[in-house]
Amino acid sequence: MRYNAWQIFKEAFTGQTGWKPVWRDPEPKKEYDIVLIGGGGHGLSTAYYLAKNHGLTNIAVLEKGYIGSGNIGRNTTIVRANYFLPGNSEFYSHSLKLWEGLESDLNYNVMHSQRGLINLFHSDGQRDAFVRRGNAMINQGDDAVLLDRDGVRQHLPYIDFDNVRFPVYGGLLHPRGGTARHDAVAWGYARGADQRGVDLIQNCEVTGIDISNGKVTGVQTSRGPIRAKKVAMVAAGRSGQVAAMAGMRLPIESHVLQAFVTEGLKPVIDHVVSFGMGHFYISQSDKGGLVFGGDLDFYSSYAQRGNLPMKEHVMEAAMTLMPMIGKAKVLRSWGGIMDMSPDGSPIIDRTHVDGLFVNCGWNYGGFKAVPASGWAYAHLIATGKPHDTAARYRLDRFTTGRGIMDEEGTGSQHNLH
Amino acid sequence: MLTLTCPCCGVSGEETEFHAGGEAHLKRYGPGSSDNDFEGYLFMRENPKGVHFERWRHVYGCGKWFLAARCTATLEVFGTYPAQTTEPPQDIKDKITAKRPGWSWRDFA
Ligand SMILES: Cc1cc2nc3c(=O)[nH]c(=O)nc-3n(C[C@H](O)[C@H](O)[C@H](O)COP(=O)(O)OP(=O)(O)OC[C@H]3O[C@@H](n4cnc5c(N)ncnc54)[C@H](O)[C@@H]3O)c2cc1C
Ligand SMILES: [Zn+2]
Repeated sequence: MRYNAWQIFKEAFTGQTGWKPVWRDPEPKKEYDIVLIGGGGHGLSTAYYLAKNHGLTNIAVLEKGYIGSGNIGRNTTIVRANYFLPGNSEFYSHSLKLWEGLESDLNYNVMHSQRGLINLFHSDGQRDAFVRRGNAMINQGDDAVLLDRDGVRQHLPYIDFDNVRFPVYGGLLHPRGGTARHDAVAWGYARGADQRGVDLIQNCEVTGIDISNGKVTGVQTSRGPIRAKKVAMVAAGRSGQVAAMAGMRLPIESHVLQAFVTEGLKPVIDHVVSFGMGHFYISQSDKGGLVFGGDLDFYSSYAQRGNLPMKEHVMEAAMTLMPMIGKAKVLRSWGGIMDMSPDGSPIIDRTHVDGLFVNCGWNYGGFKAVPASGWAYAHLIATGKPHDTAARYRLDRFTTGRGIMDEEGTGSQHNLH
Repeated sequence: MLTLTCPCCGVSGEETEFHAGGEAHLKRYGPGSSDNDFEGYLFMRENPKGVHFERWRHVYGCGKWFLAARCTATLEVFGTYPAQTTEPPQDIKDKITAKRPGWSWRDFA
């Protein structure tokens, strides 16, 4: 079914009885050309672009839970292209362009809202760093506007400009930055892949990767063995566990990142606001909830819930930036497991096993990457060659030391990116 | 909230009194080592779901570094021990075995 205004009218007059499930629930076949391990945003977009861009459809996406149960349904939905290192810059720029055409491409409303992202700064040194970043963004063909204190005031009259510790000096505005409805992104890609013949197999945990003579031959799963000519790992926070099935160690450590949402409020925050010094960022969902978050819990974790100290820290940062927020009641908080890489940049590459591919290291920024990651990973799997926009996301950069992309300059500490 | 006991000064405290320092028992490789050894030391991590050995520092206390055994799935702390060792002491291993029979981490079990 194609969605359009006419369908909505028709259903309004026929009791909303005509809507169909958006994807099939097929039994796994015995063999596929390509098996993707992980049905998160990146697995689904990879399947979609394999089918759409490369005409490959004998594909299964194996998901141990349900579609949308991982980080794709847990993130705070920020979409931006404000990176400055070569490698990241062109990749996220490509991703944002794909976002801008995504809804018509998928025929699905992902509620992509380019409401503008403002990164605040609080010192001359920080201003210089943001000027440099903004120039890099403009050189890449994206947009950036330097705001002084009054410029910020016009956009964000409600923040505390005169905080003694972090007075607001200005901000870098990225007008094309914004948010999107995270679940809808998973659903839209799932529907698009399914419509092109990809099997989305839920409740199917991969428990082993079969390799013979250095070549991948299939996977073992909770629903039986499945043979495959190519196997692509794309398991985000579980990447280490999945790679271990192929005898691989990854330069990845898994950490929990928390997020918070308040009760629904009238429109109050029009932008995405990032308060880096407080490790805090916030936006308002279309439902009215204030969606915000902060840093990792700092010690490695596979528990999809965080601890109290980071909650307290995030609330304190919120109060520091915008004291008015104290009136809002927090409704829920949750956590997701992040695949933290040592330089904060991702990996999209082949492995030492023939036919086995790896996609991981998204840290806490992998939502905005969903379109471009799927695009590049599909290209790599289909053609055997890296896509231009992701050619620097090599696994061996950690062996050779060449091409390490530490965007924040924090060193090789997994929990600092 | 994690509760840790500093083996250096004996004080027990909540995690806010300490700072996590990442994986323990890393063997340090420097100039002259092979690329693979250096990569392993600098970037590769065990990253287990379950029993994990890691470094902590008693930052708001005596300031000393020490090591802890913790479960990354339940966040249970099995015990802490001094940093001046290349292997978890037997009593810590026994405590883990009582709760996670059959555990292993690198060459330890
Ligand atoms: C609180 C929070 C806030 C965030 N905010 C942002 C943000 O604002 N902007 C942004 O760009 N990014 C953000 N991120 C990061 C982003 O969500 C992730 O980087 C991204 O979603 C990871 O890729 P994914 O969607 O494929 O992961 P997931 O959805 O986690 O997909 C991986 C899937 O693999 C499955 N899997 C794992 N092991 C197996 C197995 N053995 N067999 C079968 N299936 C398996 C899992 O069940 C899971 O569904 C945030 C993350 C969190 C947790
Ligand atoms: Zn102490």
